[in-house]
Amino acid sequence: MILDRKSFLRLTGLSVLARKLVAAVTPKRWAMVVDARKCLQKEGCQKCIEACHRMHNVPAFAEPRHEVRWIWKEPFERAFPSQENLYSQAAFRDKPFPVFCNHCDNPPCVRVCPTGATWKRDDGIVMMDWHRCIGCRYCVAACPYGSRSFNWLDPRPRLTQMNAEFPTRTKGVVEKCTFCEERLARGEAPACVEACPEKAMVFGNLADPASEVRQLLGARYTVRRKPELGTRPEVYYIV
Amino acid sequence: MFLFEKAVTGSRKYWIWIVCLFAVIGAGFLAYLRQLQEGLGITGLSRDVTWGLYISQFTFLVGVAASAVMVVLPYYLHDFKAFAKVTILGEFLAISAVTMCALFIFVDMGQPTRVLNVLLHPTPNSMMFWDMLSLGGYLMLNAVIALTTLHAEQKGIAPPRWLKPIILLSIPWAISIHTVTAFLYAGLPGRSFWLTAIMAPRFLASAFASGPALLILLCMAIGRLTKSSGLREPVQKLAVIVTYAMILNVFFVLMELFTAFYSQIPEHMEHFHYLFAGLDGRTALVPWMWTSAILAVASLALLIPPGTRKNPKVLAAACGMVFLSLWIDKGLGLIVGGFVPSPLGAVTEYAPTLPEAAIALAIWAIGILMITVFYKIALAVRESLA
Repeated sequence: MILDRKSFLRLTGLSVLARKLVAAVTPKRWAMVVDARKCLQKEGCQKCIEACHRMHNVPAFAEPRHEVRWIWKEPFERAFPSQENLYSQAAFRDKPFPVFCNHCDNPPCVRVCPTGATWKRDDGIVMMDWHRCIGCRYCVAACPYGSRSFNWLDPRPRLTQMNAEFPTRTKGVVEKCTFCEERLARGEAPACVEACPEKAMVFGNLADPASEVRQLLGARYTVRRKPELGTRPEVYYIV
Repeated sequence: MFLFEKAVTGSRKYWIWIVCLFAVIGAGFLAYLRQLQEGLGITGLSRDVTWGLYISQFTFLVGVAASAVMVVLPYYLHDFKAFAKVTILGEFLAISAVTMCALFIFVDMGQPTRVLNVLLHPTPNSMMFWDMLSLGGYLMLNAVIALTTLHAEQKGIAPPRWLKPIILLSIPWAISIHTVTAFLYAGLPGRSFWLTAIMAPRFLASAFASGPALLILLCMAIGRLTKSSGLREPVQKLAVIVTYAMILNVFFVLMELFTAFYSQIPEHMEHFHYLFAGLDGRTALVPWMWTSAILAVASLALLIPPGTRKNPKVLAAACGMVFLSLWIDKGLGLIVGGFVPSPLGAVTEYAPTLPEAAIALAIWAIGILMITVFYKIALAVRESLA
């Protein structure tokens, strides 16, 4: 079949429209709800961290100043500094809370990136292009959650085991949690969600009123990290 | 090359100076090769303090570059004849400073080979994109202006008429480079130390003090090394500019302190606590910051009374104090202080490593080399006319 210019343009236009329509009919906004009380049942548990870091080839640097991390545990008072309260939360203050990229709806890291190497997808995931990143670390300075790590040295020799199905990174680029977009594309839940023995992490589509995350958010009191900064984080905590 | 022949003839002292500069540049280049090989991990930077010596030198030098406007504006807008001889020196200083800025940004990149991505994928929402544009533009403007006026001076004619609008454009452009540089920091939601509307005005005030202070010292050095005359009057006028700018700068810093400590909002106070008293027993920057504060007050004590300001020796000392005080304040405290404590409350200290310092020193040497060569050319042109 030979297409003339007019019908080619018409077809292109139609296919773009069709994509937009499909997206409009099934909108997606990925989000996470962490039930801290379930998580705290086993305080020393590292299963989510191990699963994530193994799957994504996150290197283990000996020196803390070179640490790369996608998900880690932070004491409550550091993860939620504005929630500080001397008395009622004494049970919580030093307790470790799992923290990771909040996949903000209004991400400052994306705003400052000078190359578009980090951007927000239509489904809300804040993504990274490790081939475009120039390593200026402006996004690291902009993130109010410490969720971004820079590869100060070559990460590859620091991998204890390698997952051949996921890319490794080079020195001099920034990386962070991607909500396991490669697993989502296959219809699987993020690795941390799957690895949690207490089922403390619930992942789902905020745009779907019937989703488990929406049900939980509707029924339970939840907090977010530093919502006053206007970043609109999409990771919620039941405390 | 254009007038370059004037830079390759000089006394024995001149050549020793040039060789020394090249030695420093060579050492830094070797250190940079190591950084290229191993990564930025060879610096003192860390996951909590992600910008250090390189970016703070960049910030300080943008100010030095912008300060050329303090001679260009009075000379071209107000026809202030006393600055006739120093205007070109200010412009050459700006060219050298902007080049150092670009180099400091370059050595801070994790993937320097990809740096052109900033232009290949232009992102107007990023302040870094605008900073690159404004610095690049400023370099071009000053290069065109300085070379054209020098050429005209050599021929003993007035600069061409088309140059005037370019000179006028360079005035707001100078203000813009330092404003955009302040915006790099002042718009980040989680960094309370930088989240202040007075950042850009404070940047400009400190720039208009430190740049002209350096220019005064350079003029005095020229006066000693060569038989140039007629630099006494512009130096005295520049001293007045330094005085006012330094007063404004100190005033702005006091305003920052008032807002932080009267409001008592912890995240606004903590950074000042860290810088001037230490936090969690970490006190690396405390002696530096107090040195800076004392030098600032002492320099004003020497600059404000006309009697001391008019004494060349006292003025030289005061300018050295202004320069050092602002170099510590902006070239050390302002950037590092913004990272301590981290948004998660971690107090991690930073100190540059030896290779990092060698690289920074080499970039300074490149800038000093440029100033030396440019000033040599400019003065040779003048001598041949006299």
